[in-house]
Amino acid sequence: MSDKKNPETQETPQGCGSTCVRSDVPERVIFTEEMRRTYTILLPTMLPRHFKILSEVFHYYGYKTEPLEIGLHGDSKKVIDAGLKYVHNDACYPALLVIGQFIAALESGKYDTHKVALLLTQTGGGCRASNYIALLRKALTRAGYDYIPVISLNFSGLEQMPGFRITLPMIHRTLYALLYGDLIMMLVNQCRPYETVPGTAEALADRWSSQLAAEMTAGHISYRKVKETYRRIIRDFAAIDGVQARRTAPRVKVGIVGEIFVKFSALGNNALEDFLVSEGAEPVMAGLTDFCLYVVTNAMVDYKLYGTGFWKSRIYRIVDRFFLHKQDDMIAAMKEEPLFTPPSSFRHTRTLTRDYVGLGAKMGEGWLLTAEMLELIESGVNNIICTQPFGCLPNHIVGKGMMKPIKERHPDVNLVAIDYDAGATRINQENRIKLMLANARK
Amino acid sequence: MRDGEKGTELSSWDTLGAVAGAGEAAIGIDIGSTTAKIVVFCDGQLQYSCYERHLSQVRPKTLELLLRVKDMVGDRPVRVAISGSAGLGLAKAAGIPFVQEVFATGETVKRLEPDTSVVIELGGEDAKVIFFKGGMDERMNGTCAGGTGAFIDQMATLLDLSIEEMDALSLKHTRIYPIASRCGVFAKTDIQPLLNQGAAKENIAASIYAAVASQTIAGLAQGRRIQGKVMFLGGPLYYCQGLRAAFKEALNLDDDHALFPEYGRLSVALGAALYATGQSACTDMETLIRGVSAACNEKLETAHTQPLFADEAEYQAFCARHSRASVKVVYPTDYIADCVAAGRDEHGVCDAYLGIDCGSTTTKLVLMGMDGELLYAYYHSNRGNPVGIVQEQLSEIYKLCGNRIRIKGSCVTGYGEDLIRHAFHIDRGLVETMAHFMAAKYFNPHVDFILDIGGQDIKCFKVKDNAIDSIMLNEACSSGCGSFIETFARSMGYEVEDFAKLGLFAKAPVELGTRCTVFMNSSVKQAQKDGASVGDISAGLSRSVVNSAIHKVIRAGSADELGQEIVVQGGTFLNDAILRSFEMEIGREVIRPRIAGLMGAFGAALYARSLGLAQSSTLGPEAVAAFTHTSKAATCHGCGNNCRLTINTFHGGEKYISGNKCEKGAGRKVPEGADVIPDLHRYKREKIEALAESAKDGGRGTVGLPLALGMYELAPLWFTFFTELGFRVIFSGPSSRSLYMKGQYSIPSDTACYPAKIMHGHMEDLVSRGVDAIFYPCLTYNIDEHTGDNHYNCPVVAYYSELLAGNMESLSKTTFLYPYLNINDRKQLTKELYDLMKDQFGGFTRQAVSRAVRAALAAYDTWMADIRREGEAAVRWARERGARIMILAGRPYHIDPEIGHGIDKLATSLGFAVVTEDSIAGLTMDSAAAVPIHVLNQWTYHARLYAAARYAVAHDDVQMVQLVSFGCGIDAITTDEVRAILESGGKLYTQIKIDEITNLGAVNIRLRSLIGALEYAGHEGEYGNSRVETTADSAPTEPTQAGKEVADRV
Repeated sequence: MSDKKNPETQETPQGCGSTCVRSDVPERVIFTEEMRRTYTILLPTMLPRHFKILSEVFHYYGYKTEPLEIGLHGDSKKVIDAGLKYVHNDACYPALLVIGQFIAALESGKYDTHKVALLLTQTGGGCRASNYIALLRKALTRAGYDYIPVISLNFSGLEQMPGFRITLPMIHRTLYALLYGDLIMMLVNQCRPYETVPGTAEALADRWSSQLAAEMTAGHISYRKVKETYRRIIRDFAAIDGVQARRTAPRVKVGIVGEIFVKFSALGNNALEDFLVSEGAEPVMAGLTDFCLYVVTNAMVDYKLYGTGFWKSRIYRIVDRFFLHKQDDMIAAMKEEPLFTPPSSFRHTRTLTRDYVGLGAKMGEGWLLTAEMLELIESGVNNIICTQPFGCLPNHIVGKGMMKPIKERHPDVNLVAIDYDAGATRINQENRIKLMLANARK
Repeated sequence: MRDGEKGTELSSWDTLGAVAGAGEAAIGIDIGSTTAKIVVFCDGQLQYSCYERHLSQVRPKTLELLLRVKDMVGDRPVRVAISGSAGLGLAKAAGIPFVQEVFATGETVKRLEPDTSVVIELGGEDAKVIFFKGGMDERMNGTCAGGTGAFIDQMATLLDLSIEEMDALSLKHTRIYPIASRCGVFAKTDIQPLLNQGAAKENIAASIYAAVASQTIAGLAQGRRIQGKVMFLGGPLYYCQGLRAAFKEALNLDDDHALFPEYGRLSVALGAALYATGQSACTDMETLIRGVSAACNEKLETAHTQPLFADEAEYQAFCARHSRASVKVVYPTDYIADCVAAGRDEHGVCDAYLGIDCGSTTTKLVLMGMDGELLYAYYHSNRGNPVGIVQEQLSEIYKLCGNRIRIKGSCVTGYGEDLIRHAFHIDRGLVETMAHFMAAKYFNPHVDFILDIGGQDIKCFKVKDNAIDSIMLNEACSSGCGSFIETFARSMGYEVEDFAKLGLFAKAPVELGTRCTVFMNSSVKQAQKDGASVGDISAGLSRSVVNSAIHKVIRAGSADELGQEIVVQGGTFLNDAILRSFEMEIGREVIRPRIAGLMGAFGAALYARSLGLAQSSTLGPEAVAAFTHTSKAATCHGCGNNCRLTINTFHGGEKYISGNKCEKGAGRKVPEGADVIPDLHRYKREKIEALAESAKDGGRGTVGLPLALGMYELAPLWFTFFTELGFRVIFSGPSSRSLYMKGQYSIPSDTACYPAKIMHGHMEDLVSRGVDAIFYPCLTYNIDEHTGDNHYNCPVVAYYSELLAGNMESLSKTTFLYPYLNINDRKQLTKELYDLMKDQFGGFTRQAVSRAVRAALAAYDTWMADIRREGEAAVRWARERGARIMILAGRPYHIDPEIGHGIDKLATSLGFAVVTEDSIAGLTMDSAAAVPIHVLNQWTYHARLYAAARYAVAHDDVQMVQLVSFGCGIDAITTDEVRAILESGGKLYTQIKIDEITNLGAVNIRLRSLIGALEYAGHEGEYGNSRVETTADSAPTEPTQAGKEVADRV
C-alpha cells in the first residue's frame, strides 16, 4: 500500500467494489513518455528569475517547460480568486496561490489544456505542504481539468511518472541555475536601494537571467566558465550608478526569513522587497540553495537521530559536500568585490541553532528558519521580518516560538512576525514593518 | 463615543512642558480605524484637542478639524505629523509627515511617564503592547484584531446597550463567564447562547471585558510578562471603567502600577505633535489645508467589483421576480369568517398552528392557518431576552384571536428551543435544520439546496432523494453572516436597511477580503483610506459576505455544485444587496421567499400542523399573562466538566436549567441505561486515570509527564519506562480552563491549536509539583502502524517541546528532557534512551534501560489491544441493541474533557454508542482497501481517520463525526478527504470544530440534525410535509395588522 515501497501498485485502482468509487478525484493521470514530447509542463513561479533559468535546464533535457507569468504583473487578484474558489480556505496560503496560479493560467485561454501538464514540488516532509499535490488534483477535478497530469518533483521516490525522470546530470545543472539565481537575487537586493536611476538593477538582472537561461542549454557547462560568469555578473552590478553609496551611506538592512513561498514570492508577500526598497531599506535574504542544503542536511540528521536510512545518509553526505563546495566558490567570487556582502556558508549557518532548536526539527522550514535569523544577526542585520502564511504549523515553533530565546540573547534585535493570507490587508502588514523601520532608525 | 471637546482635560499635564517654540504651532493628528484625534499647540502651549468619530469619512473629517483650528493657529509656522492606521494614505496624498502610531505613543510616554515599563493601548481595531524596560519592544496585533474597540462596540450592539450602559452594568457583575478571547467572532458565539439562556447582562458585560483583557495579554505579550508600571491608553480604556478593572484584575496590578492617564485617548496625536516638533519640516496652515483638500478629491485606488445593479429598471425587474415567492396572508378575523363559511370551524372556533424560531439574534413567530396561510407573523431582534418577547407576542396573538382561534399545535426551533419549550409548554421542539427544510419544500418541492444565512450562523444543506443529504454549518466563524453587516452599518451610523440601499446602486463596490469579519474590518479600513464611499463599502460588504458563505462555509467551486433548485432564506437575505450579490456570484436565479426571515418559524408551524395533535399543551392566555421568568447562575458539580449552569425559574416555580453538558446537570433523572452506553472517550480517560494512580515510588525520584498532545497516546509507554527504572511518574492535570490560564503568559504563537497551547499549563502544573524532571520527547515520527505512506506526527505534536523549552522560564526550576527519539525501533530507542538516562541521571546499566524499553513497548501494545477490544465490544453492544454507533474521531488528545468539551457525553445522551478511531482499528482492516485515498497519507493519527471513515462507509449503523481543533492546519487536508470518503459511500459527514470554548448548543444542533437527517431518510413522510403550494402575490388589498407586520419585514 505504501507509495515508497511499491510505486507501481499505486497506479492501479485498489480492489474497490461498485459502491465506493470516488468521484471527487479520478485516478492519478499518468504523464507518459509520449506526453513528454508533446506536452508543455507548467511551472509555478516562486522566484521568477530562478525559474526562468531552471526552465531552460528542463528544456535541455527534453521537457517543454514554461514558468507561469500570470499573477506576477499586477494581476495577482486573478490568482488569489482562483485559489479561493478551488482550494479549501483553511489550507495554507502558499497552496492557495500555487494552485490558484495553475488554475488561473489554465483558464486564461493561453494554453491548450489537453496539451499541458503541471509540475509541483513535493518534499515528502511532515508539513502539510507535501499534500499540495493532492489539493491540486482535487482543485483540477472541481474546475473540470481532471485529465491534466500532475507531476510531482521530489527526491523521496513519491509518485513516479514514466515520462518524467530526474537524472544526476540534471540535478547538477539545476544547481548552477540555483546558484546563478541566488547570486542575482542577492545582488539586486544589494543594489536597488542605492541605484541612481530606479530600475537599473532589475533591468540588469533581467538581462543576465536571459543570458544565463541561454547558457543552460549549451551542450557542456564548464565550471571554470561558471566561476568566470559569477565575476562578470558581480562586476556589472558593481558598476551600476550610485551603488558605491552602499559603502559610504548604507541603508538600514532588513532581513527576510520565513516559510519558503511567502519569503521568496512577491505574489505571496505583497512584494515585500519592493516595499522595503521604497521605504529606503535594504532587503537581505538567503538564497534557495540554503533550502536545498537544509533538505540534504535533514537526510543526514535522520540517520544520526533515528538510525534510519544509512545509505541515503551516505549519498546525501556526498551531495552535501559537493553543494557546499559550489556555494563556497560563489561566495568567494562575491568576496572579491568589497562593495557587496556575501552570504555565510551553509556549513556555518547550520551550526548556529545549537542552543535554540534541534536539527531534528525538520518539518516545513524547520530549524533552517531559526538558523537564518541567527545568521542574519551574526552578519549585523538587526531587523528581521519573519514571514509566514497565517496559521503555518512549523512556524509556530521555529519562527514565533524562537523569537523570545533569540531576543533574550540579542536584546538589540528587532524581530517582527508578519502573517500573509488572502484576507490580510497590505496596510496592516506595512504598518508593522514601518514600525520596525522607525525603531531601527532611532 | 463622545464628541470632541475643548482641551481642558490636558491642562493638568504638568510634566509635558513646552511643545514647539514661541511663535510656532505644532499639530498632531491621529486617524484611527474609527476616530480622528487632533492636538494643537501654539507657542508651546496646548490650545485645542479633539476626539471624534470619523464615520469612514477620513479625509473630509481631517479637513474639518483643520479648518476648525485654522484661525487659532493663524499664520504661525506649523510643524505637523499624522499618525494612525487610517492616516497613512492621507499623509501620502497630502504630503504630510507620517509617524507610525506605536512609535508616536512611545514619544508621549517617554515625555510624560518615563518610568513606565509597559504600555497597553487599545484602539478601534488595533491592540498594542509596548515594553519599555528590559529591551524595548513594541508589539501590535497581527492579522487577528479580536478584542479591540470595534469588538467592544459590536458586543454592546449585541447586548442592545450603549457603550456607557454596558460599562456601568459591568461594574455590578457577580460572576464571569468564560468567553473565547482569541477572536471577537468566537466571543460572540459564546455570548449569544448566554443571552438566549437568560444570563444577566451585568455578568456578560464584565465577561466581555475580561475576554478583551485576556486576548490582549495572550495575543501580544507572547511569552513576555507584563509587570512593573503599566500605562493604559486609547479610547476604550479611557471610557470603560469595567475594562480597566478587567485589565487590573488580569495583570494583578494595584493602583500604583496601573496608570490610566487623562490624555489616554489622545496619546498618539500627542506623540505625533512631539514627533513633528523634532522634525525640521515646517509648513503653514494655508498649505496644509490645501494639501488635505486636494487629497479629499483624489481618485480611488482600491480594487472594485461590478455594481450590483446597472440601473433602477434592472432593480425593479429583480424585485418583481422575487415577489412571486410569497405566502397567502390573511387577517385572523377574515380567516375565521372564511373557515366558518367553509364549514371548517368547530362551534365558531378555528384551528391554527404556532411556530416559533428562537434564533441567535432574532426571534420569529408565525401563526398559521389550516391551509398554510399566515395569520400573524413577527420578526424581531430578541434584544437578549427571547422569553420576554415570546410572552409579549403570545399575549398579542391571544388578544388578536380572542376565543375564536385555537392553537392546535405548536413547535419551537432554534438556539433557544429548549428554553422556550419549557417556558411556554410548547408541544414539540424541532432541530432547526429540519424546520428550514420543511419550509423550503413548501416553496419549491424540488428544492435541492437550501442556504440559510441568519444573524450569526450559516446553515446550508443539500437535498437528495427528498432527504437532507449533507449539512454544513459555519463553525467558530461568523464571517458571511448577517449580524456583521448590521453592526457594521450601525458603526458607520446607518440602519441596516438604509445601508443596504446605499449599496444597491453604488458605482464601484470595493473588493474586501473573505476570511473573517475582523479582516474585513481591515479591508474596509484600507478602502476608507482610499476614499471609498459608504455605498461602495456597503455593496462590497454584501459581496464579501456572500463570498465567505459560498467559498468558506460551503466551499463550492461552481453554482452546479450547490444545486439546480436553490432556496435561500434567513433574515440576511431580506437584504436585496445580499440576495443580488448571491445571484451574481453563483450566476443563477434563486428563490427567496418573501418570508425569508420567518422560514424557521414557518417550518416549525408546518411541523406542528403535521403532528395532528388533539390538543396543544401551549400555555393559554391566562397563564401567559401571569407568566414570570427569572434566571440565576450556578455551577454543576456532578462531574469533572463543572458546567456553568443558568437556572431559569418560571411562573409557578417551574425550573429549566441550561448550560449543562449532560442530563445530570439538568437536574433531571438520568434515563434508564444512559450510564451503560459504551463511550470509548470515557473509557480511555478512565484508563489513564487508573494508570496515574498505579504510580509506584522506586526511589529514583520523580518524573513528570505532561498529559497533553501526544502523551494521551503514549502515556502507557513512558509511564512504564520510567516506572521500570524506579521513578515515580506524575501526570500533570487534569486539564481545565484554570490550568490553561496558568501557562497562558508564555504562549508565543496564539494561533496554534488549543491542545498545544494548553501544554504550557501542564508544564507549569508539573513544575509547581516539584518534579525532578519533565519528559516530553520530540517525535518526528509517530508509531508506524503500516497503514499509510509514512507515519509522521504533525509539526506541532512533534516539536512543541522545543517551543516550550525556549519560552517557559519556569522550566529552569526543573530538568526538561525532550530528546529526539525513534519509537519504532526497539534497539535504537534503547540506545537513545540509555544515552539520555546516563547523561541525566547516571547509574543505569544498558541492560536495565533495555528491559525498561521492552516493558514499555509491551505495555503500549497491551494498552492499545485493550482499547481495540473495548471498541469492538462497544460495537457489538450497539449491534445487539440496534443502537447507533458514532465514531467520534479526532486525535488521541481530543478525549481531554477540556478540549473535547464533553461532546462524547452529549453523543451518548442522544443514544449513540461512542467509539474512537483507534479503538476500531482492528475492525477497519477488512474495509481498509475498499475506498481509495487521494491524499498523501503520511500522518499516523490521520491514517486512522481515513481507516475509520472507510469503516463507516462499509457499515450502515455507523456514523462518523470528526472533531477538529481550530487552527489545525493539517485538518484542512484531512477533513476534505474524510468527507470525500464518507460521501463516496453515501454517508453524512459531520465535522465539529472545537476551541478553547465550544458552544455545545451548536454541537447539539449538529448532532440532532444528523439524527434528524438519518430518521428522515428512514421514514419519509413522517414529517407530513405533503402540502405544497406556491401562491402568487396574494396579499390582502387592505394591509391588515398581520399583513403589515409581514409587509414591513418582508
